[in-house]
Amino acid sequence: MRKLRHRFLAPMVAVSALAVSLAACGGDGGGTAGSSASASQPGEKIKLTVALFSDFHYAPLYEAFKKTHPNVEIVERRSQFNDHHTNLITQLTTGAGAADVVAVEGGYIGAFTPVPDKFYNLKDYGLERRKSEYLDWKWQLGVSNDGSSLMGLGTDVGGLAMCYRPDLFKKAGLPADRDEVSALWPTWDAYIETGKKFVAAKVAGAKFTDGPGEHFRAMVEQAPVGFYDDQYKIVAGTNPEVRKAYDMSVKIVDEGLSAKLAAFTPPWNTGIAKGTFATMVCPAWKTGTIKDQKPGEGAWDIAAVPGGGGNQGGTHLMLPKQGKHPKEAAELIDLLTNKESQIMLFKEASALPSLPALYDDPAVADYVNPYFGNAPIGKIFTSAAKALKPQHVGPKAGDVLLAFNNGLQRVEQGKQNAEEAWTQALKDVGRIK
Amino acid sequence: MATRAPDRLAAVPPDGPVRSRHRLRRHLVHQLDVKGSPYAYVAPFFLLFSAFGLFPLAYTAWVSLHEWTLLSDEHTFVGLDNFRALLADDYFWNATFNTLSIGVLSTAPQLLLAIWLAHLLNRPLRAQTFFRVTLLLPNVTSVVAVVVIFSQLFGRDFGVINWMLGWFGVDGVAWNEGVATSHVAISVMIMWRWTGYNALIFLAAMQAVPRELYEAATLDGASGATQLRKITIPMIRPTIIFVVITSTIGAMQVLAEPLLFGTYSISGGPDRQYQTLSLLIYENFTKLDFGYASAISWMMFVFIVLVAGVNYLLTRRAKGGLT
Repeated sequence: MRKLRHRFLAPMVAVSALAVSLAACGGDGGGTAGSSASASQPGEKIKLTVALFSDFHYAPLYEAFKKTHPNVEIVERRSQFNDHHTNLITQLTTGAGAADVVAVEGGYIGAFTPVPDKFYNLKDYGLERRKSEYLDWKWQLGVSNDGSSLMGLGTDVGGLAMCYRPDLFKKAGLPADRDEVSALWPTWDAYIETGKKFVAAKVAGAKFTDGPGEHFRAMVEQAPVGFYDDQYKIVAGTNPEVRKAYDMSVKIVDEGLSAKLAAFTPPWNTGIAKGTFATMVCPAWKTGTIKDQKPGEGAWDIAAVPGGGGNQGGTHLMLPKQGKHPKEAAELIDLLTNKESQIMLFKEASALPSLPALYDDPAVADYVNPYFGNAPIGKIFTSAAKALKPQHVGPKAGDVLLAFNNGLQRVEQGKQNAEEAWTQALKDVGRIK
Repeated sequence: MATRAPDRLAAVPPDGPVRSRHRLRRHLVHQLDVKGSPYAYVAPFFLLFSAFGLFPLAYTAWVSLHEWTLLSDEHTFVGLDNFRALLADDYFWNATFNTLSIGVLSTAPQLLLAIWLAHLLNRPLRAQTFFRVTLLLPNVTSVVAVVVIFSQLFGRDFGVINWMLGWFGVDGVAWNEGVATSHVAISVMIMWRWTGYNALIFLAAMQAVPRELYEAATLDGASGATQLRKITIPMIRPTIIFVVITSTIGAMQVLAEPLLFGTYSISGGPDRQYQTLSLLIYENFTKLDFGYASAISWMMFVFIVLVAGVNYLLTRRAKGGLT
């Protein structure tokens, strides 16, 4: 027994020595972090990190900010869309690693509005004064569920439109001019009727649309109530609007309109470039996606979305409590979301402003995009955003949508009929906690 | 070190109380050095293993007994409820089936191919090093690149494989829609990446087989195939066991291939037709249902131990020694 204890003594000493030194390191780190938490002194160097999920084209705005804040250094961090939001949740939970300013996309914001204590209240930094500038529903998305805290300022909204291929429309004997095309489909029913005509014309190598998933999302988001009610309870199974959207999407499949391509997959990208489908649901930011596939200037044009108006996506900027310089960070997001910045970002990055006053500003309203056959994208997208009825976005709206999209794909691939796929989708939704 | 220390001890004059105390201290230090140092030297590994191996394992077990979601600071203890729900969950058994199916489809042909390749390379060959290096190339390619390229090859509308099948009058196969077709496609990706790597391990083992055995066999008129079966395989049996076990563990953990094949579909296709166990864990983690995800992780650990154990017994029994 004695011998045994001796034998273990040495390694124990070694281990505890290491442990002490590790603890010392940890303590050091905590110390510096603690000291910098105090209010910043004039002239002190401050570093602000901004976490985004793609290129927001903010670089010139950072420069503008540095003119009034010479002591601030801004570092941008970008990660993949899916990872970005999961990372943020992990960082908030573990209490470390969050950036000073974080971007949160519309589908995810509902995950954060129930926990205002994890973020700075922007009211404390005087940003409540911006309220009158904003689209009301966009402003509300950034307010905590209990209404006590202003958690984020909106950047852009994803006004909806329908992108289409004029060449394929001509081949099918349909009108190709964008106003006439918009007139073809005031409703989703009319959209499907147009699709039937397209199918009847038997255009070689082309279907009418990519797949039903994005249409389903657009229809749900056009409804006054979507997957969640205003108490943030999932009502996807009982809301008749969801069922209506689902049935309409199944119809798109049944009538043979779909090219069976899920959005954002490589074959879908190829389809955009080669024109294997003639229409796709198109939020403002998707015009950038189309351009990236290089289908050629004028290959795609933009018409109004059926059902009038709608929004898909759009982002808020928020300040996690972990940040040490909330005052400067709040000033930064004030600048990033002001009128001039939003106009600049609309031109640079197709980010549709969330300030309705800009919709009548000639810089936005009269903006035409040469790549889309000089389509007046300013007018199209702003009228979609104006016509939108706001909706409560629930915390797991993204997961609910995925369950239904999987169901629609099972129908599309002939694995289940519409009813079976609906039942299983609801079962999947039921597992979401 | 241990061999040198006594010389120094012997050099100390053995007289005087001060000297003696001094000697005692040196003796103790020496004892500590001899007995303790080895532990200090191996300690870094065990410390790291505890921090990054044991602790996560234990902590995962702890989490798996809770209703544990992020952003809520309360974690309710639910005992074995997560495991009970798991065993009644179709998706879990579906994922288990997929994992085993992809595992068998990728591992079995891969190992046969690897042995055959190693056998070919074991003969005198021109540009031998070139071929050996080439074998390892697929393995150093990024898995993302591999899957992206193969997903294109297996594409339904514009895929090269369907294009070639078209020559034989086979209509376009929707590779990622069916259960069997998607498993084949994913297995091909795994095989492409790991066959060469395993072949090199086999080759290293084959080089240690005495040449005389082959010479004798050749004199006796045994063909190449017979020599492979009767000499090479029995002689490299320990290596085969090693490779089978590592490949099995790898196959049980396959994540990147199905995830990227479904272009980031965390459910492994709309019908979960290629959702593996790792992917199921990943799905539940992204849904922030940590208790459940941890329970699956632990079940997967148990499965890996079981499957590796069964494989070990099978491979050990399957081939007797060199007789």
